[in-house]
Amino acid sequence: MKTTMFKLLAIALLAGALGGCGSTELKPWISPYERNNLADPIMSFNRAPVSGAYMHHVHQAREGARGAEGGGGGGCGCN
Amino acid sequence: MVVTDRPVLTARRRRRITPLGTLGRGLSFAIGFALVLLTAPAEAAILPEDRSDVMYHGYEGGGLKVDGPSVLVRKAYKDKFSFWGNYYVDMISSASIDVITTASPYTEERKEFSLGVDYLHGKTNMGASYTNSEESDYSANAARFSINHDFFGDLTNVGITYARGWNEVRRNGDDLFLEEAKTQSYRLDLSQIVTKNFILNMNYEGVTDEGFLNNPYRQIRYLDPSAARGYSFELENYPRTRTSSALALRGMYFLPYRASVKGEVRTYSDTWGIKGWNAELGYVHPITDKLIVEASYRYYTQNKADFYEDLFPYSQSQNYMARDKELSTYFNHTIGAGVSYEFNMGWGFLKRGEVSLLVDYMMFDYKDFRDLRVTDVPPGQEPMYSLQATVVRAFISFFY
Repeated sequence: MKTTMFKLLAIALLAGALGGCGSTELKPWISPYERNNLADPIMSFNRAPVSGAYMHHVHQAREGARGAEGGGGGGCGCN
Repeated sequence: MVVTDRPVLTARRRRRITPLGTLGRGLSFAIGFALVLLTAPAEAAILPEDRSDVMYHGYEGGGLKVDGPSVLVRKAYKDKFSFWGNYYVDMISSASIDVITTASPYTEERKEFSLGVDYLHGKTNMGASYTNSEESDYSANAARFSINHDFFGDLTNVGITYARGWNEVRRNGDDLFLEEAKTQSYRLDLSQIVTKNFILNMNYEGVTDEGFLNNPYRQIRYLDPSAARGYSFELENYPRTRTSSALALRGMYFLPYRASVKGEVRTYSDTWGIKGWNAELGYVHPITDKLIVEASYRYYTQNKADFYEDLFPYSQSQNYMARDKELSTYFNHTIGAGVSYEFNMGWGFLKRGEVSLLVDYMMFDYKDFRDLRVTDVPPGQEPMYSLQATVVRAFISFFY
């Protein structure tokens, strides 16, 4: 039951995000050429993947909490 | 300080209590879900950079020492695929508080292999990976699938990840003991560029477990007037299911003089009654184009699981019983510092490299886990336990 709820929540959030993105009233307010700072390596949430994964391993092995660790996202968001 | 009234277990059977805490629990999650860190692209809708990392990692504190190598190799193929592999080893030498009070010091080794691929199609990035981890009394396997997509002029990135783990739990010295534990994880990531200097990141993850979830060696203690010290030990017993949810919000800001500051808050709750949260602040400061220093602070706290007690009133006093300090009420502070230096190479296919050293100092203060090394007081009057640990990451990275 809980599992189903999580799936539904995930789908609902995703649908909401997609719906919001499809809006024609709101337009991207930052152009690709304005993303120099965001593309700087120091702006990455996960600059060194092996190092970051290890620290999460350290935390997971010694803390009751688990999940939603950092790593995704960051960077310039450009192709 | 010598404890004479220990439960009857062979040295081999009782040697394995707590290394990485709940080893099975911690490691299966680690390999199943920290994989997101190795596989999710750091930038949206582009493949991760080709790189190789060789890292030495070390943890030492509270009588436990864990160190070993981790090697990551990642290479793209035709700008559409990026293949990666990771080899990781934990060499464990434990004389932790649990071990010295209820068992015998031991050494152990765990080896982990991971293979994965990312596929880029337009603004969509898909990933799949598989991991296997083996040690003498625990086998863990995990598979992970993810997809993320750029929206809204590439200002928004949404990703979902599903991971499944299936683990086998054994008990050294007991050939008849064999249990299974299965894990599933559902994760949603949302990344949003807010301004040209500010990015936000939100993550939600639900995890479900089913099977044998406790450590087969760890014991609880209960009051026993017939025992010389007033208490005795017996094996833990956990519920066979657990469901948790965690929600995190992270932000990173680019400062005008080329530096970045990062913040994070995360909340957590599960069906075992644990509620926790953590907050983290980080700062990255380039001294020159090549030399970068960083510093961080992290705070974590949680309350105990419903079935955790430091001292139970009598033997088999309830269906589920735990005395794992990772399920107790406690908080910890972590301060970290690091330095990295980038250098040009131009050797064949190698473009550049980077050497890094990061050191973290962790301080744990337990609120209902007592230090049983103190034996000259009545049961339940021992001082609370605390520990300090140092974590070292030293690695070299090559980009090509």
